[in-house]
Amino acid sequence: MQFTTEDEALARVYQEDAGGVLAVLIGQFRDFDLAEDALQDAISEALLGWRRDGPPDNGAGWILTVARRRAIDRIRRSVTARDDANQREVLSRLEDNDDEAEADQPIPDERLRLIFTCCHPALAPEAQVALTLRTLCGLSTNEIARAYLVAEATMGQRISRAKKKISATAIPYEVPAGNELEVRLVSVLDCIYLIFNEGFSATAGDRPVRADLCLEGIRLGRILYKLMPHPEVGGLLSLMILHDSRRDARTDEDGTYIPIADHNRNLWDQNKIDEGTNLLLTCLGQSRPGPFQIQAAISAVHAEAKDAVETDWAQIAGLYGALAQMTPSPVVTLNRAVAISHAETPEAGLALADTVADELQAYQPFHAAHANLLKRCGQSNAAANAYRRAIALSTNSSEQEFLEHRLAELSTQT
Amino acid sequence: MQFMALIYNKETGNHDPETFQAYGKFTQDMIAQGHFKSGDALQPTATATCLTIRDGKTSLKDGPFSETKEQLGGYYILECENLDEAIACAAQIPGAKTGTIEVRPVLAL
Repeated sequence: MQFTTEDEALARVYQEDAGGVLAVLIGQFRDFDLAEDALQDAISEALLGWRRDGPPDNGAGWILTVARRRAIDRIRRSVTARDDANQREVLSRLEDNDDEAEADQPIPDERLRLIFTCCHPALAPEAQVALTLRTLCGLSTNEIARAYLVAEATMGQRISRAKKKISATAIPYEVPAGNELEVRLVSVLDCIYLIFNEGFSATAGDRPVRADLCLEGIRLGRILYKLMPHPEVGGLLSLMILHDSRRDARTDEDGTYIPIADHNRNLWDQNKIDEGTNLLLTCLGQSRPGPFQIQAAISAVHAEAKDAVETDWAQIAGLYGALAQMTPSPVVTLNRAVAISHAETPEAGLALADTVADELQAYQPFHAAHANLLKRCGQSNAAANAYRRAIALSTNSSEQEFLEHRLAELSTQT
Repeated sequence: MQFMALIYNKETGNHDPETFQAYGKFTQDMIAQGHFKSGDALQPTATATCLTIRDGKTSLKDGPFSETKEQLGGYYILECENLDEAIACAAQIPGAKTGTIEVRPVLAL
């Protein structure tokens, strides 16, 4: 098939506006499936209509108006079958609202309501992720299934279960107010970071970085920050952009993982570093610090260093200390231990890392970091065992290869 | 719509007056706010009997359906607008601080 300029106009509308249109439709009809079906109807009509008549000035408005009519058609078909007086009343109200002129109006942005609904903490994190990618990012079930390496049927079930729970338990389609907002925002930010992180440090597969999920995470961060310029939202966006600035340096030509200490820093994207750092400074200026702003600050300290040795490890150790106070976790302690091993001595780092050894027994990065600390403290045998443990726990083949190298280096040195 | 809040807690065997009072206050609050439909506390699981009928044959078993750390000790039926409102109500149930409250919508027939 030959793609026409009309098709390109449609593709652009789909990429940029489908999430927004869907958010409005779900708000109006309170039915995820109906909204998605109606949107697909409208896209199919646009595919034919725009080729025939050329794309309209306001493509998104056109799609919304048509989708709304198709949704009403779909309800009408199911209502006549059952002849429900209550539903007929709803229908006539919807029909009254259906105004031709609306196609010229800007679409109200209801994506905030949609993202808070998709990331409701009553839904499992993996369901939140799937639903967010499906509705806000417009990814197909098949694409999401491939990104997370699960069968399409499994992913389809996950998404449909989540939609069912939203409707059965009446999860409200709204942005929470007051104190509740801060609590619920954490869940939204975690969901977006989970999407980005699966792209950035893929837990499965043969590539350590999956750029598609990184880009979707950043796109969601940008949408959220535009609609809600909260300093923690900016902190998350800054963190993702700063991490992403190092994407090209994180793997070699064969796709093998490279740790930050060994990066070719010329491959770091300076534009992204500038964008992420400036955004972080704006957020920190509001004096409402939070865990994502601190993590972004850590990433920014790495970004400004010429190499691993010149990195301001004392500042990083201090930032991890602040993070540990806000969100205490053994993983944060481990990272602090690594920073201290550079800022002070390897022995001081190893001593702190040992305090979380029991809790992190099954955590692959602990054994990799522990091995490095042991090696630097001159404990080669213990280091070799830690590398073997890390290799056994790793599920990513590129990471395994990196760890094998480190283990081999260890035996040639001793 | 109606939600059921199922209260799971470790069985301690005795009901201290403070807990009793706290539940009384919660129930009064729910009535005052128009959420209360019904609610009861249950006798301990030592009084439970499980019944099954297979191939027409009835059999009884002493004890609760499942042996878990926390046991169903009571419930409320609450009238709420949506899940968020139901969760806000359930968060005030005294047992939430020591055990687990399971919130489920009642199937409307």
